[in-house]
Amino acid sequence: MATEFHNLQELRHSASLANKVFIQRDYSEGTTCRFQTKFPSELESRIERKLFEDTVKTLNNYYTEAEKIGGQSYLEGCLACSTAYLIFLCMETRYEKVLKKISKYIQEQNEKIFAPRGLLITDPIERGMRVIEISIYEDRGSSGSSSGSSSVSGSTAR
Amino acid sequence: MSAVMITRKVRKWEKLPGKNTFCCDGRVMMARQKGVFYLTLFLIVGTCSLFFAFECPYLAVHLSPSVPVFAIVLFFFVIAMLLRTSFSDPGVLPRALPEEATFIEMEIEAANGNVPAGQRPPPRIRNVQINNQIVKLKYCYTCKIFRPPRASHCSICDNCVDRFDHHCPWVGNCVGKRNYRYFYMFTLSLSLLTIYIFTFDIVHVVMRSVDKGFLNTLKETPGTYPFRLWPQKQLLCG
Repeated sequence: MATEFHNLQELRHSASLANKVFIQRDYSEGTTCRFQTKFPSELESRIERKLFEDTVKTLNNYYTEAEKIGGQSYLEGCLACSTAYLIFLCMETRYEKVLKKISKYIQEQNEKIFAPRGLLITDPIERGMRVIEISIYEDRGSSGSSSGSSSVSGSTAR
Repeated sequence: MSAVMITRKVRKWEKLPGKNTFCCDGRVMMARQKGVFYLTLFLIVGTCSLFFAFECPYLAVHLSPSVPVFAIVLFFFVIAMLLRTSFSDPGVLPRALPEEATFIEMEIEAANGNVPAGQRPPPRIRNVQINNQIVKLKYCYTCKIFRPPRASHCSICDNCVDRFDHHCPWVGNCVGKRNYRYFYMFTLSLSLLTIYIFTFDIVHVVMRSVDKGFLNTLKETPGTYPFRLWPQKQLLCG
């Protein structure tokens, strides 16, 4: 049964949630924010492995960039401390800037890649950076089995 | 004619299940018990205003005007840090939504296998390898999540907090990952302020004694009496 959605709005209005997959944190390299790139079996029939892994790897890179401790973060910290952190009323921290970039990236990925395949990624910050939640949607017309094969037409691969 | 209902969007802080109080449209997040926090504020503002009222005029004239100026700067820094610690989110982890909770339960049952009836099920622990060391992540029954490393559940605020240090009643909030920096700066700057005021107290009394004799000085400076006991108390709770 084909589950094709042409855009995000259509997905939200006409589809029903079938299942959710949770990508856990990858702690093998320490407690910095990384997510496992292991491809979950529930998405086997829904999305190409490479697309999924690329998305998670890009997210991991963004988080590494956000948490990077270097010259800029040191200067930002010193400047903030000397102004009793009042400067954060006017200025955004580097971490917040990268979080905004991540949120835009996730929205973009949802629109271009995931929604046409009946999937939706939730920003990990909404779940306390514990998991990446991927919602699997079924077309309301289908008979509710979550393992329908999907034919993807006109997908824009990155 | 259909009536158009404009529904107000429900903010995340309104839905948070923990025992926090929020003010200023969600900008201020504190614990429920705020009495000790008001006490802290009163003690700091009270003793500093005594210092500024009774000692600073003398010290500004006879020593240097930079003495009260630095004290004012330090005082404002301490208050800013205290308010920042008390009002900011310590790093509360959102509770698992029903789907995630079910997913985790199924995972736990699969890991534990069949438990014979009558026996207590084994504790819910997830082993995770961090840099070649096995760390056990505990399961939180209230939040229905496996707590990340160094996270802990605060029973006073009823939230799991990331990198939980302790719940500080003096500050009226938990101390965790997101406000640790402000808490540390608060205790550091408060200690500095205490030592500074204590030092200049002594300098003030000594200078007056040199002028007029010790007993006369004690009669003329009632403002210094709280400071005999206050620094010890401050350093104790810091």
